Amino acid sequence: MSSELTVSLWRGSESGAYETYAVPARQSQTVLDVVTYVQRNLDPTLSYRFACRVGMCGSCAMMVNGRPRWTCRTHVSKVAKDGRLKIGPLENLPVIKDLATDMQPFFEKWQDAKGVFEPSLTRHDPIQEIRPDTPDRVAADAAVECINCGVCYSACDTVRWNPDYMGPAALNRAWSLVNDVRDAGQTERLQAIAGDGGCHSCHTHQSCQQLCPQSLNPTAAIAGLKRRTVQAYLKGEIKA
Amino acid sequence: MNVRLYLWQRLTAAAMVPLIAVHLAVIFYATRQDLTAADILARTRGSIAWALFYGIFVAAAAIHAGIGLRNILVEWSRLRARTAGIAAMAFAAVLAALGARAIAAVVLP
Amino acid sequence: MTAMLLSYRRNALWIAAIVHRLSGLALAAFLPVHFLALGLATGEGAQFEGFLRWADGPFVKASETALVFLLVVHLLGGLRLLFVENFSWRDRQSHLALLAVALAALVAFVFLIRVL
Repeated sequence: MSSELTVSLWRGSESGAYETYAVPARQSQTVLDVVTYVQRNLDPTLSYRFACRVGMCGSCAMMVNGRPRWTCRTHVSKVAKDGRLKIGPLENLPVIKDLATDMQPFFEKWQDAKGVFEPSLTRHDPIQEIRPDTPDRVAADAAVECINCGVCYSACDTVRWNPDYMGPAALNRAWSLVNDVRDAGQTERLQAIAGDGGCHSCHTHQSCQQLCPQSLNPTAAIAGLKRRTVQAYLKGEIKA
Repeated sequence: MNVRLYLWQRLTAAAMVPLIAVHLAVIFYATRQDLTAADILARTRGSIAWALFYGIFVAAAAIHAGIGLRNILVEWSRLRARTAGIAAMAFAAVLAALGARAIAAVVLP
Repeated sequence: MTAMLLSYRRNALWIAAIVHRLSGLALAAFLPVHFLALGLATGEGAQFEGFLRWADGPFVKASETALVFLLVVHLLGGLRLLFVENFSWRDRQSHLALLAVALAALVAFVFLIRVL
């Protein structure tokens, strides 16, 4: 490996330009390390977002050489092409400044998809027993490991082409709740995701499934939602 | 796309799978035998079976193409969903009318 | 910024989805012409016969082959989609399904070239 990396970073907000920096190459260097080096040593005005640095919090995702990645767990040696890195803010989200995007639309769509648990019991009821090997419980695992990093949302061309589309993460979350036998808001949830921006807008590009850093499969979850909503529609439980 | 459009889109798709298989067989047969217009028309004129087969085929294709076009217009053009829906429905209607005319021309004695 | 190379699209599953959309669009554009041509078959079919003779030319022949190919590609892509949407599958299986579809399209194309 050459001893120096050529790093292009997006500077500005919605309008701006890529600026190039020279960053020393190190062993076991992550993309987040590179961005941090630039801010600490070359330009302290660089804005970006991170917290845990170990792949748990989901706040450091950025576009790296044309595809979204969790930068803290992405080694430079794996993604740099001839010692070059091009790092930008996540696609499909408004840019606040430099590498930091406004995640608000992303989380609002979680709300739109009814990604909130609706309890069916009160605290006075005994705790409901859910056996880990039941099919519903296994299916509910779809979103349990989601860290809300926005990588799938950023790589979804259906979101890019149809801004009303809820996107893979929100629908994946909805699929988890649809399989949660304790949840009392199923009909409202299915109704919410059966409209114009809901699960049926998905064209199965499968980019979300390819790129999810947690190896989740939102495409399969969305396919499950398509089936579940069609059943509910045919039974007259929800309206188109 | 909402659940109703989705259902129609996938239903017509599934329905057209066997229809396309038969249609491809017809294409191969007609081209292989080098049929003339008179040969073809002799087989189709007055045939209720062919009228039904291609009637269902045309209806399914018009619905399927209309919904598909609506999706593409919503995503790839600047039309709003409502306008895209109207444009796609107009296209589907034209397809259905032209298809019905074609079937009539080939099947009516 | 959007002009940034979107390398995640260089992926067989994404390309399969786009091929499906573009073949569908091409078929939708062709269908009205196809129906208009068949509409010529009124009366004694003389016009239709004339059309068929004209359609024997190499250019039309080639574009007919292309259309049948589009139809087969769209059919197989649609079958793939129905499979992915309606059956539970593992990540590997969706690649296998794509491979099967691509192979089938290739075989169909070779077959078509021999027949037409």
